[in-house]
Amino acid sequence: MSNTRFKWDKKGRRRIGISYAYLAPTLILMVILLMVPIIMVIRYSFFDNVIVNKNPVFVGLQNYKTVLTDKKFWEAVGHTLYFVIVSIIAHMIIGMAFALVLNTRYLSSTTKGIFRVLFALPWMFTASVIAILWRMLLDPNGVLNFFIQALHLSKQQVLFLASRDVALRSVTLINIWSGYPFYMISILAGLQGVSTDIYEASALDGANSVQTFLHVTIPSIKPILISLIMLDFVWTLQQFALIWMTTGGGPVNATETVSTYIYKYAFTKYQYSIASTGAVILLIVCTIIGIFYVKRQIAEE
Amino acid sequence: MRYNRFSKAMTYGLAGAMALGLGVGGTAFAGETEASAPASDVTLEFQQWWGVELPDGALDEICKGFTDKTGIKIETLSNPYADTKTQIAAGAAAGTMADVVGLDGSWVYDFAKQGAIANLSDLMKADSYDDSQLSDQIKYEGSTYMIPVVNFAYPLYYNKDILDKAGVTEVPSTWTEFLDACQKIKDNTDAAGYCIPLNTEAPNGIQNQFSSWVWASGGSLLKDGKPSLTDNETLTKVTELFKTMYDKGYLSSGVEAMKEQDMVNEFENGRLAFMVDGISHLTTITKESPDINFDYAKMPVMDGFTGKSGMDVANWGIGIAENCEHKTEAMQFVEYLMSPEINAKLAQLANAFPGNSNAKPDYSSNDERFQKAYEFFNEGYAINEFTGAPTAEDLMRSFNEQLVLFLDGDTSSSADALSAIQGEWQSVYGS
Repeated sequence: MSNTRFKWDKKGRRRIGISYAYLAPTLILMVILLMVPIIMVIRYSFFDNVIVNKNPVFVGLQNYKTVLTDKKFWEAVGHTLYFVIVSIIAHMIIGMAFALVLNTRYLSSTTKGIFRVLFALPWMFTASVIAILWRMLLDPNGVLNFFIQALHLSKQQVLFLASRDVALRSVTLINIWSGYPFYMISILAGLQGVSTDIYEASALDGANSVQTFLHVTIPSIKPILISLIMLDFVWTLQQFALIWMTTGGGPVNATETVSTYIYKYAFTKYQYSIASTGAVILLIVCTIIGIFYVKRQIAEE
Repeated sequence: MRYNRFSKAMTYGLAGAMALGLGVGGTAFAGETEASAPASDVTLEFQQWWGVELPDGALDEICKGFTDKTGIKIETLSNPYADTKTQIAAGAAAGTMADVVGLDGSWVYDFAKQGAIANLSDLMKADSYDDSQLSDQIKYEGSTYMIPVVNFAYPLYYNKDILDKAGVTEVPSTWTEFLDACQKIKDNTDAAGYCIPLNTEAPNGIQNQFSSWVWASGGSLLKDGKPSLTDNETLTKVTELFKTMYDKGYLSSGVEAMKEQDMVNEFENGRLAFMVDGISHLTTITKESPDINFDYAKMPVMDGFTGKSGMDVANWGIGIAENCEHKTEAMQFVEYLMSPEINAKLAQLANAFPGNSNAKPDYSSNDERFQKAYEFFNEGYAINEFTGAPTAEDLMRSFNEQLVLFLDGDTSSSADALSAIQGEWQSVYGS
């Protein structure tokens, strides 16, 4: 018995060694590209200022105190939460609705194919293209305002991005438009995996379409929905390019989110330590969501 | 087994010795090169965005002229402005900046404070260079860190057709005349009178479309190099002028979200009568909108002002990296670019005004309007108080935010708005 175990241990150790050897290139890359920058940013957050300061001084949690007592930071947090929560809810509703339409048996496969491409189109564009496109659409002299005036919906031009009351809603709308196809495609994939037997059984039991949707469809794709929400939360929380290229966080700070707040501290104020502190706070939030996501994935497996 | 261990030890030992040998040898070789290299063996890296904006091959040809003259090779690293900014900033942080770098005035303070760019005053002194021929020098703590090679002026563009349609017969030269013209434009056309792009992403509207009014009337935002925004008569009046324009609907709608390019688009589409914009856009506007009938005019000044007008300028500046190992040769290259003949050529090619006051560019082949702008430039003086200012972009952004609050009516008076900006600027200059 002991002899066999010894052989297994030796063999096992060798196999583990070989496995790690195969993994080594990826692990090394991950350490260099992921771990080192993260550790550096965390370290920066404990110094008075870095990069532009040749002799940084350790200040402990002072930067965290500065950021967490900054009124502008909390305004940015408020805007970020609005942006994220509204985006996720709208992504879910629109994505689900379009996925159900594309999964229906009442449309021909050609029609479904065309609409699949059309509905998925916003997902194909990069943030810069989306920003340019929507800036043109929402311009006071743009297409949307033209229709608003032509249909007599408003006497004055609507300043979608220039008004402090409307700007945050406008950038959220742009984000909703650009992000729903991810939900749509994922939910559609989930719906196609649900067995028709369950639907037939529910029909035999006399369930109407709403009951079928709530008690058959939703429970069947629940794991996908939860994963989507978690991923979208992290992605939307970090959304920078879209906001920066449309409003730059303005007018004044009407669309300032945590990501634009961090950017301004780093690249226009050159206060990299404060920026790092903001980034670490964001990292903590994303990590918590990430842990839930991974736990969920493991539980599913 | 023993043999295996021995061979392994030998292999590691040999590899280590080879690596050490290579390192030592390499260092010795590098040192030797540095110490004994004649000037002709020196290659300088020249990182800038100018090559992209000049006619194809023009910058390389100018650099070749320097190589022919001195034997010093120039390796041009040309990328668009934004990429150059990122690369230079990264180089400054890592100490790997190219030897000679194209600089924007708004970067100078931060790079100089960081110790990333060399003190040019010392280098000019060591070379006995006569700096009186330079039209300007951008300083940090009394020493020069950037020399403007060419200047891009920001004159007033106006659309002749809109003015004709509105019944404005004379181009306004004072604020009262300007407001009258704006009222006529509002009453008789669909166009806006003026535009100031206030998008916070790029807040340079404060510099080019707002402060240009202050400078044109002989005003200033600074006093002895420090912010002087309160009790500043000209600045207060300009702030109120903008409030009047905003309240009366003379400005383009949605200025709070507009970028400079949006303003140019409005002008190109015939929806804007006046704009203050870089002369570098002359070719683009002429090419993209040949139907637009436009010309340049002097900036309208405060009623009763009779002094010399300041004209807003942006520049292509030049600096030398602190980590440059061949500073003497780099300085030679800077002096070459600033020499009257080369500087004139560069200015002519770039549609800009020379940084050497002795340079006499031949603008005969340039657009007539360009020559007109050059006359305005020569009649006044070049000014841009954001050049060399600490965190210039952030200063503009804080001004931008307070100005929007004032225009929107959230801040009750211009004095309150300017006082708030003074506080924010003071904290930057104070630090």
